[in-house]
Amino acid sequence: MFNEEIVKPENLVYKKTSVLTDAVMHYCPGCPHGTIHRIIAEVIDEMGIQDKTIGIAPVGCSVLAYNYFNVDFVEAAHGRAPALASAIQRLHPEHHTFTYQGDGDLAAIGTAETIHACNRGENIIIFFVNNAIYGMTGGQMAPTTLVGMKSATTPYGRRVDLNGWPLQITELVAQLPGTNFVTRQSASTPADVRKAKAAVRKAFENQAAKKGTQFVEFVSTCNSGWKMTPVAANEWMRQNMFPKYVLGDIKVEGEIVREYNPADSKVIRDLVSVK
Amino acid sequence: MAIKGAIVVDKEKCKGCGVCASVCPKQVIALSKNVNGKGYNYAEMVNGDCIGCASCGMVCPDGVITVYKAKV
Ligand SMILES: Cc1ncc(C[n+]2csc(CCOP(=O)(O)OP(=O)(O)O)c2C)c(N)n1
Ligand code: SF4
Ligand code: SF4
Ligand code: SF4
Ligand SMILES: [Mg+2]
Repeated sequence: MFNEEIVKPENLVYKKTSVLTDAVMHYCPGCPHGTIHRIIAEVIDEMGIQDKTIGIAPVGCSVLAYNYFNVDFVEAAHGRAPALASAIQRLHPEHHTFTYQGDGDLAAIGTAETIHACNRGENIIIFFVNNAIYGMTGGQMAPTTLVGMKSATTPYGRRVDLNGWPLQITELVAQLPGTNFVTRQSASTPADVRKAKAAVRKAFENQAAKKGTQFVEFVSTCNSGWKMTPVAANEWMRQNMFPKYVLGDIKVEGEIVREYNPADSKVIRDLVSVK
Repeated sequence: MAIKGAIVVDKEKCKGCGVCASVCPKQVIALSKNVNGKGYNYAEMVNGDCIGCASCGMVCPDGVITVYKAKV
């Protein structure tokens, strides 16, 4: 090894937070679920709220999230995490309840729970990991799969005439009066990780101030489902997902800060095929 | 005075995804020719140019990188 002489406790600048357990994550190599877990865990650590945070795990690849966070966790039925979080947060108003959900969980089977929890303005945090696919079950099309994007169930690419438009659920929940902070982040570069962490912290702080529903999307990858290497999947995400799922804040302090024009999503982009 | 950095990779937990190497500003990291107990080519330092920026640590999905930095 190089520079071994400086490996001493007093020179430490970065290590895994103890709000994550030491369990080896079951995720595929390079899967952003791990990075996103760590961003959330670091904020919990820095805010000193580990003993009053309750997570809700989804059904999807992150179904076992409770093995990795060193906080209390409940496992929800598929898509029902926002309903469970609503109940828990109402019973424990001084705690921090968050859900952690994939696009299949949150925007397909759980759409009703998502919309109604946001519309009621439940004082919960919803973390939404959008990898545009059902990762866990073998890469089927999700509501958020891009037009032209290949998946196990759209082998020639998603077609609007057959499969409809990608669902902009994040822009949709921003329209509801109950949402207070709605933002879209990502976690593939150090700069994006820093921004995402700031957004996650804002969500926890807004929750402490009882401001209503906090909704944080992470545009993500599923390198296994997309059939790419992790590094290539990150690049593909930046090239193809970011133009459609534009990063940044959508609603801040209850005010829309970026208008959404549905006409924009009618532009059918030529996607490079997912090989 | 110069800044010197070093990373320690938990070899057995590394999955050889290469994401760390792709963001290192100093091309310090490469995947080893050797594999760990799970058969993954783990990440390792290949030169002494590390500046301890922690970029690699921030993007490692498995949180297996520890970063050190010192003024020398
Ligand atoms: C009631 C029910 N319907 C369907 C399934 C099958 N199923 C498991 S995970 C999943 C979707 C997962 O996709 P997503 O939420 O995007 O999570 P990812 O794995 O991509 O992170 C489905 C449909 C199930 N487990 N239970
Ligand atoms: S299948 Fe996709 S989402 Fe699931 S762990 Fe693997 S890379 Fe991650
Ligand atoms: S990012 Fe982490 S798991 Fe991936 S190769 Fe680097 S050290 Fe290993
Ligand atoms: S700390 Fe920075 S310079 Fe050192 S290996 Fe990691 S990314 Fe490269
Ligand atoms: Mg998914």
